[in-house]
Amino acid sequence: MSMFRKSNKKEVPAMSSGSMSDIVFMLLFFFMVTTQMRETENKVQVKLPEASEVTKLERKDLSSYINIGTPIRSLQSQYGTDARIQLNDSFKTKEDIRDFVASEREAMNEGDRPLMTVCIRADQDVRMGIITDVKQELRRCSALKIMYSARKPAE
Amino acid sequence: MSKKSTPGLNTSSTADIAFLLLCYFLMTTTMGSQTGLARRLPPIPDSKQQVEDQKINRRNIIVVRINSADRVLAGSEPIEIAYLKEKVKEFLDNPNNDPNLPEKEIKEIEGFKAVPVSKGVISLQNDRGTSYATYIAVQNELVKAVNELRDEFSMANFGKKYSRLSEEEQGWVKKAIPQNISEAEPKDVNASTR
Repeated sequence: MSMFRKSNKKEVPAMSSGSMSDIVFMLLFFFMVTTQMRETENKVQVKLPEASEVTKLERKDLSSYINIGTPIRSLQSQYGTDARIQLNDSFKTKEDIRDFVASEREAMNEGDRPLMTVCIRADQDVRMGIITDVKQELRRCSALKIMYSARKPAE
Repeated sequence: MSKKSTPGLNTSSTADIAFLLLCYFLMTTTMGSQTGLARRLPPIPDSKQQVEDQKINRRNIIVVRINSADRVLAGSEPIEIAYLKEKVKEFLDNPNNDPNLPEKEIKEIEGFKAVPVSKGVISLQNDRGTSYATYIAVQNELVKAVNELRDEFSMANFGKKYSRLSEEEQGWVKKAIPQNISEAEPKDVNASTR
């Protein structure tokens, strides 16, 4: 018992937690700077193919995304398991790409329009047929700058 | 005067607030940047002005075909993807001036010197049944071949790797070793340069 009494006399000073908020704020700023907002909800499963020679997308604000893949599990009962095209937030057909590109273009500054890049985010198991259709449609509405999304293989 | 010391503000909850914010940003944002292979599609040819200048000498073109079973053909023989890079490099570089490989044109590059520029064009054709993964793998090999040639060129001329050159020098190297990959339409075999 005497041991406990001894320890009671020497009180451990309370740890100052004032700097903890600073640390957390630092973390917060780190994540705010390095991440980007998720604009749309994915409705298709996309597992990007691997490529070692990838380049970075220069201007994120000037790019629009076309997702191609099989619908996610919860939507498969409704839409089947065939590869579908997702533009913005809904499933679309290839005929809708023209309107999509037009509206994306409309939202940009006049000067930035020629720099518009269309990012094709397609699943690696998708057949080329659907991608060829998309490419043809993009050529038709003269959105010629494209990018095949791919990820760097883990080394 | 009685000393009225203000009690210290309890700051232990700011950490909780900050954590909450942190969690919010962690959930709503995506990490990492978009990467990919950038390409430029050929414009739709006008039906009025018929293609005339698109006639490319046979020796200047290599056709890379991928069939629906993901087998790759380069030129006329089947080839493994792993060997495709060497073949394309040999095709574009043509070190021995083989008459069957693409001809070179001496081009004056502004601000630099005259260099022989290969006229070779890679035409990539695919089937509707080709899988996207194979297509990207082949595209990747083609880009790798060009990138390695650029690296070799800049090593020989500047003593540095391509990625470490200045923007202006990179422009010269790009002109000396162009990346001519044409993505033909599946049915229409007419190849058009980019």
